[in-house]
Amino acid sequence: MVKNNGGIKKLSDFIGFFIESLPKLLDGLYLTILLTFISLALGLILGLLLALGRVYGKTIISGICAGYIEIIRGTPLLVQLFIIYFGFPQAGISLEPLTAALIGLSLNSGAYQAEYLRGSIQSIESGQMVAARSLGMTKIKAIRNIILPQALRISIPAWSNELIYLVKYTSIAYIIQVRELTAEGKFIAAHSFRYIEIFAIIAIIYLVLTFIFTEIIDRVEKKLSIPGIGTIKRLEQRFI
Amino acid sequence: MNMLKVENIHKIYGKTKVLAGVSFTMEKGETKVIIGPSGTGKSTLLRCINQLSPPDKGRVWLEGIEVTDKKTDINLIRQKIGFVFQEFNLFNHLTAVKNVSIALEKVKKMEKEEAHKEAMNELKRVGLKDQADQYPSQLSGGQKQRVGIARALAMNPVIILFDEPTSALDPELIGDVLEVMKSLAGEISMLVVTHEMGFARNVADEIIFMEHGVIAECGNPDKMFKNPEKKRTKEFLGKISSLYGEE
Amino acid sequence: MLIESLPQLFEGLKITLGLTILSLLLGSVLGILMAVGRVYGKKPLVFFIYIYEKTLRGIPLLVIFFLIYFGLSQIGINFDPFTAAVLGLGLRSTAYQAQIYRSAINSIPTGQMIAARSMGMSKLKAIRYIILPQVLRLSIPGWSNELTIVLKDTSIAFSIGVIDLMRQGRYIYSVNHELVLQVLLIIALIYFALVFSINKGLNYLEKKYKMTGFEIEIER
Repeated sequence: MVKNNGGIKKLSDFIGFFIESLPKLLDGLYLTILLTFISLALGLILGLLLALGRVYGKTIISGICAGYIEIIRGTPLLVQLFIIYFGFPQAGISLEPLTAALIGLSLNSGAYQAEYLRGSIQSIESGQMVAARSLGMTKIKAIRNIILPQALRISIPAWSNELIYLVKYTSIAYIIQVRELTAEGKFIAAHSFRYIEIFAIIAIIYLVLTFIFTEIIDRVEKKLSIPGIGTIKRLEQRFI
Repeated sequence: MNMLKVENIHKIYGKTKVLAGVSFTMEKGETKVIIGPSGTGKSTLLRCINQLSPPDKGRVWLEGIEVTDKKTDINLIRQKIGFVFQEFNLFNHLTAVKNVSIALEKVKKMEKEEAHKEAMNELKRVGLKDQADQYPSQLSGGQKQRVGIARALAMNPVIILFDEPTSALDPELIGDVLEVMKSLAGEISMLVVTHEMGFARNVADEIIFMEHGVIAECGNPDKMFKNPEKKRTKEFLGKISSLYGEE
Repeated sequence: MLIESLPQLFEGLKITLGLTILSLLLGSVLGILMAVGRVYGKKPLVFFIYIYEKTLRGIPLLVIFFLIYFGLSQIGINFDPFTAAVLGLGLRSTAYQAQIYRSAINSIPTGQMIAARSMGMSKLKAIRYIILPQVLRLSIPGWSNELTIVLKDTSIAFSIGVIDLMRQGRYIYSVNHELVLQVLLIIALIYFALVFSINKGLNYLEKKYKMTGFEIEIER
């Protein structure tokens, strides 16, 4: 009986602690989601430009795009964030933590998204371009109306991986003082000394987030699918 | 004592009864050929014998030892039962000679050099001495299958089961494989599932005609080809001979 | 000033490389076991591994670090930062590597196992001598990808106080404020050179150990 009471007490204690921490965690969650989606969107724009530059650009442009992609993919995200947040002020550019994180994550994601998009573009048979040009379309029009609508659909699964990747890696922004989910957790834990509880809760929140996002993208993928156009195999080993 | 005794084998996959009571025996040095329409459980029967798919009912004995007994060490029995696959199933990461020697080394615990020597002998026997160091992907289908036969022979089995050994081959490559099999007849017991009627007629001691999971009729080639007892046997042999020719 | 600080960065680099190698090894050993368990194991084991993979792949490395370093010390299990980082990186890499090996195992035709069993090999022997040698060759691209990811992510161990390349850099520029950008760029360059040479080296390995006619097709 006594033991049982102890269990109940512990549980109610935990629930109390959870409710107490909730407002702060929600603040952090808001920033995590904000960081994720803004960097995903900016990264998509950048990635698209880089991919098109790599595939269709002249040697110089193609080389610059390739160089950018290689450099970003060849260095840790944390180093990139540090350069932007701690390094740039030396060159006279001082940024808020959140702004620095957004820029860093977007620049980083852009390089990865460029690689997926390039893969998709190159997987489209050259006959599509030839046929479009034979109808009198300019190269740009052909890319815009024929190639990209196919390439973007093919990229959806890889893109979903990128989303999951970002959800998790936004946590690194904590190290440059952004108070996203992990940071809030760390502050709560530092005051209450309840590390296990708080980080278990946070782990669950991340798991739920990744689960929901994967579900949504799966639905989108099904909705947008066109008979006969496959999607590039998920790059599972890297993400999710 | 029969060398191989198969008694009342039943096998069910889901709701389909693939084998519905098959019994027969084999003696040392005998060659038996199993024929019949596809989907009548011929391949399943072979896999029931060496327990690759254990039967749901019925028993199998090899040299007096019950194979189907749970207490029997099946890995020991399988060393005595060679198996040649329709799709060859050569180990993709090993050269031809390594394909033959790997089980000698790892299962029979032979020394490396000895296993290699033995493997080379078997490759010579099937006419592939020169291809010893090639990988499966560098061999033709017919060569692959001969390596498959050498691999089975190397274990020094008392019987080899052939599961449609020529069905995956281009017509012009079938001959070499059948030649090798013919050369083995009498030396080693063979149980062969095949559609090659020429082989059945000229090499088999007995032909077993299977249909709907049971043995419909069996007998020596002369009887089976000239006066089968059952109408179905005649029909089937007529159809298959016009499809595949008689050599 | 910058040149004087190079030996200090080199000390950090040693820690970074040590972290990478140890956690990758831990991940490889456990990853292979989990992949084999997931493909050939019984239901409860398969389920456990499935949950493990999903969980470790679904939460940020930083949270894993905090759970191991701060969380476990709350219940009396104390690790020094380096060990905690190896465990965190290694246990997470296990989940990713398990997936690499599993898809390689699944890509091997079932006939290979059947043929091995038909010659009297036990299941364990067949896995050891027939399946795994093929799986490891097929896994080289996925594995090299994982290697660079682990190398880059060792930088996150900075957050639990490991004195790696990042933190040594921090020591240097917190004394010499005017060197922040330079030091960070040198660090970036070191990581880049490592990732670049690893990719080149493993490409070579991949070509050397590829099975003829058994081309590696796993996506990068």
